[in-house]
Amino acid sequence: MIIGKVTGTVVTTISHPHYKNRRLLVVQPLTLPGEPADEDFIALDNSHAGIGDTVLVNREGNGARQVLKNPDACVISVIVGIIDSVYVEAQYHPEGGRTA
Amino acid sequence: MLFGRVRGTAVCTLKYPGIEGVKLLVVQPLNRRLQPIGGLQVAADVVQAGIGDLCVMVRAREAALALPGERFVPVDLALVGIVDELELRPDGEFDFTLKPGWTAYT
Repeated sequence: MIIGKVTGTVVTTISHPHYKNRRLLVVQPLTLPGEPADEDFIALDNSHAGIGDTVLVNREGNGARQVLKNPDACVISVIVGIIDSVYVEAQYHPEGGRTA
Repeated sequence: MLFGRVRGTAVCTLKYPGIEGVKLLVVQPLNRRLQPIGGLQVAADVVQAGIGDLCVMVRAREAALALPGERFVPVDLALVGIVDELELRPDGEFDFTLKPGWTAYT
């Protein structure tokens, strides 16, 4: 799962039946400062997210099918949560442990 | 799932069993600003899109699931929606970095 920000909405009148009754949102993944930005993507909304929300996105088909309760759903990215807060350590320690 | 613009059609008379009758379209994958990502690709069409249409595409095994009928067909890109409206906030509006320490979003 990844953390992303919803930056847009997509309206598709003609779409695959598996995409009906749910909204499609444009998501930009969040990255650490100084790291190159990941490519944005479209995700199906299962959490009533909106533009500006920081969201948790499942980007794997089997997880998406489980969320949608459809074993044949042709969906990869699904928004499965709206993030309240995130804690990230200031420095990465490959050997583990923390600094004050 | 990503955006794509239909740029042309591909005709293929001899096809693998299971994908006979599937319309093939040449598409340009796009990012949210509708700028091209990489080169042209061929996608299976399930929504009867036409040249010039902006579409939503799905990759990988899910593209095969998008086609009606047989479950496993050799298809790795499918058009699953035709975009009528795209509402996008300008780039400067949001910060896309994960800052060290606690960040509250709500």
